[in-house]
Amino acid sequence: MARVGRSFSLERTLSMDLSIVSILMLDGITNGAVYALLGLATVLVFSVTRVIFIPQGEFVAYGALTLAIFRTGQVPGTVWLLLIMAVLAAAMDVRLSWLHTRQASRAVKAGLMTLAIPVVVSGLSIWAAPHDLPLLVQALLTVAIVTAFGPLVYRVAYQSLADASSLVLLIVSVGVHFAMTGLGLLFFGAEGFRNPAFWDERFSVGPLSISGQAMIIFGVSLALIVLLWQFFNRTLYGKALQATAVNRLGARLMGISTHGAGQTTFAMAALIGALSGLLIGPTTTVFYDSGFLIGLKGFVAAVMGGLHSYPLAAVGALFVGLVEAFGSFWASAFKEVIVFTLVLPILLWRSVAGGHSEEH
Amino acid sequence: MKTVKTLIATAVTALAAGTALADITVGISLPLTGPASGLGIPMGNQIKLWPTSIAGEKLHVIVLDDATDPTNGVKNAKRFVTDDKADIIMGSAATPVAIPMAGVAAEAETVQLAFSPASLPPGKDGWTFRLPQSNGVMAHAMVGLMKKQGIKTVGFLGYTDAYGESWLKDFTAEADKNGIKVIATERFARSDTSVTAQALKLVAANPDAMLLVASGSGAAMPHMAVVDRGFKGKIFQTHAAATRDLMRVGGKAVEGAYVVSGPAVIAEQLPDSHPSKATAIQFVQQYEKAYGAGSRNQFAGHGYDAVLVLEKIVPMALKKAKPGTKEFRAALRDALETMGRTVVSHGVLNWTKDDHWGFTNETGVMLKVVNGDWKVE
Repeated sequence: MARVGRSFSLERTLSMDLSIVSILMLDGITNGAVYALLGLATVLVFSVTRVIFIPQGEFVAYGALTLAIFRTGQVPGTVWLLLIMAVLAAAMDVRLSWLHTRQASRAVKAGLMTLAIPVVVSGLSIWAAPHDLPLLVQALLTVAIVTAFGPLVYRVAYQSLADASSLVLLIVSVGVHFAMTGLGLLFFGAEGFRNPAFWDERFSVGPLSISGQAMIIFGVSLALIVLLWQFFNRTLYGKALQATAVNRLGARLMGISTHGAGQTTFAMAALIGALSGLLIGPTTTVFYDSGFLIGLKGFVAAVMGGLHSYPLAAVGALFVGLVEAFGSFWASAFKEVIVFTLVLPILLWRSVAGGHSEEH
Repeated sequence: MKTVKTLIATAVTALAAGTALADITVGISLPLTGPASGLGIPMGNQIKLWPTSIAGEKLHVIVLDDATDPTNGVKNAKRFVTDDKADIIMGSAATPVAIPMAGVAAEAETVQLAFSPASLPPGKDGWTFRLPQSNGVMAHAMVGLMKKQGIKTVGFLGYTDAYGESWLKDFTAEADKNGIKVIATERFARSDTSVTAQALKLVAANPDAMLLVASGSGAAMPHMAVVDRGFKGKIFQTHAAATRDLMRVGGKAVEGAYVVSGPAVIAEQLPDSHPSKATAIQFVQQYEKAYGAGSRNQFAGHGYDAVLVLEKIVPMALKKAKPGTKEFRAALRDALETMGRTVVSHGVLNWTKDDHWGFTNETGVMLKVVNGDWKVE
């Protein structure tokens, strides 16, 4: 008799009632919000530099893990990597400037300009690491470190290839992705970390229990989306970036530095990645290679937006998040299959009906 | 990562410089990078502590990284048997990599000591011997405790890979024998950022206990999700989760979890009656002297056991043939099948012609997480 009762109640609870739907929706939207951020960053980088930035997810892992290492009171390995990359980029700048101007002072100045920010950020981090500062300060430092990577990655890997075809840039991206994952393993080790929540509160709304961290995820995602939108439509610099995206040569003729635009874009992408890392760090275990799949879902969302539409990318990201949540509920063994298969028809439709302009 | 791979390869080559043909060549493929690097790296560390000779013969060890990629594992295994003329191949620590390597081993008639519980169809494991406990042996210890606790129903949440699959199969078989039912089965991948949906479904099924199949620090996330959804029953974890990373990442949420483990990692706590106690303590002392207190780990233990096995079978095989020959490789296999009861740090091995899993049922130990530490149950 007990058995019958159990299987009966099982069927009743497993049918989709409102509370299950709402919990799954919440889960899907929380993940979707992070995918949206990464999708936006992918669209941003592609539209300005034509780089399909596969390593976007790596910034997420770097962000979450750098903070985790700060929490243990050690200097994160990313700080040393930042210094090495800064020296490399500075050397490239010195050489370029020397070839162009043949003036030692200008060449040195160009190098110092590149070195300045990373050195300051690293110095601060090395000083701060053993001091056990409040979580928020460590989070700020983490964002600073990871953001500083953006322009350096662009300088070292992409700048000299800025006029190459999208395909070449994509291949470089794959290389950068492997390099960053490998370095991640070297600096953070193979085991994962989970960060403490920024806000430990829980709110009950009917059957739902929303964590403070989820609220922060929604808040930050929304704020960033609005900020990006405002930046591109209202500020001169934002418009200049857009101009670069539309026509590189034209922008250059108008006195906009395309290299500067590229570095700024990468800094923004790294910033978004670092923030995403801080956002998901407390909700899951992050490994050195966790970023890739998260970034890939952001990329899928970006592709749904045709790699140029921010709102469509955001909607696509929420869609991916929701499909994922419901897919895990119905057939957890096939979740990934469901997510990426459902995306196929949409991609097909976009590529047939999108009428996108071929690159020039 | 290529650098690490090259470094290790160089180091090993340097170590083995000037090898004569009569040396015993061991080819080892380990996941030093990729998702299973958490298992491969400590193992690589243990291999660095290996002796330089066994039974008076020089030991020539080649370690290659397979990056947790089955294709690389097969490539490494082929290299070992063709280029290096290995007498014995070992690896990988990742189950999905170890399985295809078995094919190469069988074809080349070279013994493979797998560092993972690789399930192979009957007849395909003629040259493959596993060093980790079979999931069945571990499930035996786990089900024993469940039965004692009066657990009747279990919910299963495991990896979508071979490890999860084989646990589901072995656990279900063992549970059925003892009147325990698996009433709900859900899956997730190591890279998933959320298992809320799976946890929701499992908790709704309301089992007496939950079995989570995941490895290392990855085992904490599903645990926390299940606790988060208000599950009040007992939660069981497998031996791949028996590392301190579970507590480091899981914190208070994993308090009270039951974890099955090989005896090696809890050497000092073993009851004196446990056959492996002395060997386990030797392993822990050697490893922690080299890598620091608390660095012990399940997989490093398998690396230690590999030497114990070599020390037993090499003298037996040397009586029959010279290293580097086909006859020597066959003699090694015969020695493994006839070496009899052998106490290693991870339990008691007893491989036979029909059983290449080896560990006896006295191997598995149940641990409970109490105040962030292991306690033998």
